[in-house]
Amino acid sequence: MLRYYVDLALRSLRRDKVLTVLMVLALALGIGASITTLTVLRLLSGDPLPQKSSQLYYPRIDPNPRNGYIEGQTKPEAVMTYVDAMNLLNAHRAKRQAAMALMQAKVAPLRAHERPFYSDGVMTTSDFFTMFDAPFQYGGGWTPTDDANRAQLVVIAGFLNDKLFGGANSVGKTIRIEDHDFRIVGVLKDWSPQPRFYTQELGGRSYGDGEAVFLPLAAARAIDITPNSVNCFASVSDMKHLETQPCMWLGLWVELGDAAAVASYKEFLAGYANQQQSLGRFQRTETDLPDLMQWLRDEQVVPDDVRLQAALAFGFLLICVVNTVGLLLAKCLRRSGEIGVRRALGATRRDVFVQFMVEASMVGLAGGLLGLVFTELGLWGVRHQPAQYASLAHLNIEMFLFTFVVALVASLIAGLLPAWRACVLAPAPQLKAA
Amino acid sequence: MDILPILSTLRRHKITAFLVIIEIALTCAIVCNAVFLISQRLDRIHMQSGVAEHELLQIVLTDIGVTKDEKARTLTDIAALRQIPGVTEVASVNQAPFGNSSWNSGIKLDPKQRVSTLNASTYYGENALQTLGTQLVMGRNLQPDDYMDFDDVVKAAAAKDPKGIPKVTVITQTLAERLWPGQGALGKQIYLSDYPITVVGVVKDLVRPSIFDDAAAKFSMVFPVRITEGQYLIRTAPENRDAVLKAALEKLKAINPHRVVLKKRSMDEMRHDFFQNDRAMAGLLVGVCVALLVVTALGIVGLGSFWVAQRRRQIGVRRALGATRRNILNYFQTENFLLATIGIVVGMVMAYGINLLLMVHYELPRLPAIYFPVGALLLWAIGQLAVLGPAMRAAAVPPVVATRSV
Repeated sequence: MLRYYVDLALRSLRRDKVLTVLMVLALALGIGASITTLTVLRLLSGDPLPQKSSQLYYPRIDPNPRNGYIEGQTKPEAVMTYVDAMNLLNAHRAKRQAAMALMQAKVAPLRAHERPFYSDGVMTTSDFFTMFDAPFQYGGGWTPTDDANRAQLVVIAGFLNDKLFGGANSVGKTIRIEDHDFRIVGVLKDWSPQPRFYTQELGGRSYGDGEAVFLPLAAARAIDITPNSVNCFASVSDMKHLETQPCMWLGLWVELGDAAAVASYKEFLAGYANQQQSLGRFQRTETDLPDLMQWLRDEQVVPDDVRLQAALAFGFLLICVVNTVGLLLAKCLRRSGEIGVRRALGATRRDVFVQFMVEASMVGLAGGLLGLVFTELGLWGVRHQPAQYASLAHLNIEMFLFTFVVALVASLIAGLLPAWRACVLAPAPQLKAA
Repeated sequence: MDILPILSTLRRHKITAFLVIIEIALTCAIVCNAVFLISQRLDRIHMQSGVAEHELLQIVLTDIGVTKDEKARTLTDIAALRQIPGVTEVASVNQAPFGNSSWNSGIKLDPKQRVSTLNASTYYGENALQTLGTQLVMGRNLQPDDYMDFDDVVKAAAAKDPKGIPKVTVITQTLAERLWPGQGALGKQIYLSDYPITVVGVVKDLVRPSIFDDAAAKFSMVFPVRITEGQYLIRTAPENRDAVLKAALEKLKAINPHRVVLKKRSMDEMRHDFFQNDRAMAGLLVGVCVALLVVTALGIVGLGSFWVAQRRRQIGVRRALGATRRNILNYFQTENFLLATIGIVVGMVMAYGINLLLMVHYELPRLPAIYFPVGALLLWAIGQLAVLGPAMRAAAVPPVVATRSV
């Protein structure tokens, strides 16, 4: 029976080619626009480390002076002073913990005739790689002892390894960073979790490429590499020795295995703030411990424009569906005679209803197929936009299937009204009129 | 033209009429807001900078702050840059308009204040105002004896020695008006931390390097501080820019070949880069608007055609009873006009609602009233254009149809 309906639907669609094309095109445009923006939105609001994000927390404390504090409104600071970061780090209250700052580093080329270039980097502590599940191609991270010894070691990104060593195992070789020799201990695979959660507030981008070099914090500071973002809350006497200054420039991440660990870390953090207050270092004792996804929400990493575009696209889809309803309905009304004949020949209301829904879903499938083409076009357009996330905009399997579901649902909704109208038509008057 | 018969016909086609109305209403609501968003973006893109944009070049070299003779080297650099033919002004600055990396500071009007009144951008650099080409509207420019070295200022701040802190500043008109509405800013004092600073001059405009909030885009101050950050602004006639940039880079490289050039661009390029997201968004919105209007128009064409086909016999009867072609044409045009009008009224209410929503979530201003009549006219025009084809086909139905197939 379904095959017969498909045949009927094809005939009907072929009869009014212009109208069919119109319906399919409108639906496809709406679907293309919606899925494009939805793909971007999903990508931007995604989980950077799905397997780990629920265990990663970002402690926040507030070393600012009392001035400017508004009870209940002022949030604790997003970055820490060196003293606080080290106190919390060395307390080892979490399963893993790492302090980090972003930096720019001059990397000398290996061949003499090439010019030195600037690369993005991270200066951090040893737990960074294990805590964030950073995958290694060769070698591994450095040890806490290396941190303490200011060992001039470096982990480089896969793309830098490709550029400098043609992708060969470069562990044990040295590269010159800021005119100092650093020995490579590890080479990462392609690793750039999106959104770039750990670069927030440290002077990095929210999306895009990962960093090229990862240096031990102590070693990097020993050769006066400055962090990208420094925020001072009192007068500064010496910008060179940031460690001793009232300046915030480090982000601290901790890994906490379960709810009990989170609760006890919260307590520890509150205790630390109180202790610092009684020591006279702190004047505010508010603390916060958002998990990774909460931190991204707090930071509002997803640009407003992207949300707006998605809303706009769904408005557009709504109009396209209304348009399709109108056209299908008009078409169905004109076929009253045909429906009358079918009913008179024994087709039940259900048969007529199914027949029209089949026709609507065929429009939907065609719309979905064309919509997919429009989505690819749309994403191609997004990739050529000047946004940080541009290069990430690709259609994945899920969204591919989702496109068809949306198309089918949209067209079925669009088909409901006409199909219902068709099946409730009384056959007799239609036959007479014909 | 009688409206009553049209209304009675529409009453018998409630659903179809309703669909046309809904489609027009939704289109109206979305297009009004989208056009408004586009206009906001265009305003932003065309924001006045207050500087001689077409005459400026920016060169940023790697931080030379680590070396000991940075001051001497900056002087050498500036002297060399000045010698390039065509160069009118050179300044070593800490930041540039549309440069994206910015220095900012909170301002207090009273040293006892707990919270800053507002946050403004701080420009440093000898000869910065002259090079930027800002327009002084009140007071005086910064003068040579106002200037201090940045390092000395930092040391003085650390030692809490007010003597080593600049005494004067030049601010923008927008900032002056925000701090002292209607009072005139000359001679007034602002406080940075606890240090009083007197406003000696007001410039017409000077945009910030990075704009967090459009309302505060022109909150800028210029301080008499010499800075050696490796960032140079060069002013030259627009037609000389390419040649001057090339010559400047060569000279700088000759002075010290080990420095890395981070940025070398004209301020036109900086503005272009700065607003590229806004431009992309505006383009996208234009695309959506056009697509929406086209889809709506095609929807009206489709529905109109079917309506005409359905009513062929009635049209024939009317023609046989003496209605002219013009009558039939008018009938369909009036019908569309009625539907469009209802759609537009509903759409305007929806547009207003969406605007309220956007005002809450995106800090957008209220939709100006002018959008309502203009939007209505546009949709009426599109409706009439779309229905013209089907209506003409209806008018072409010969009276003889009335006698057939009954």
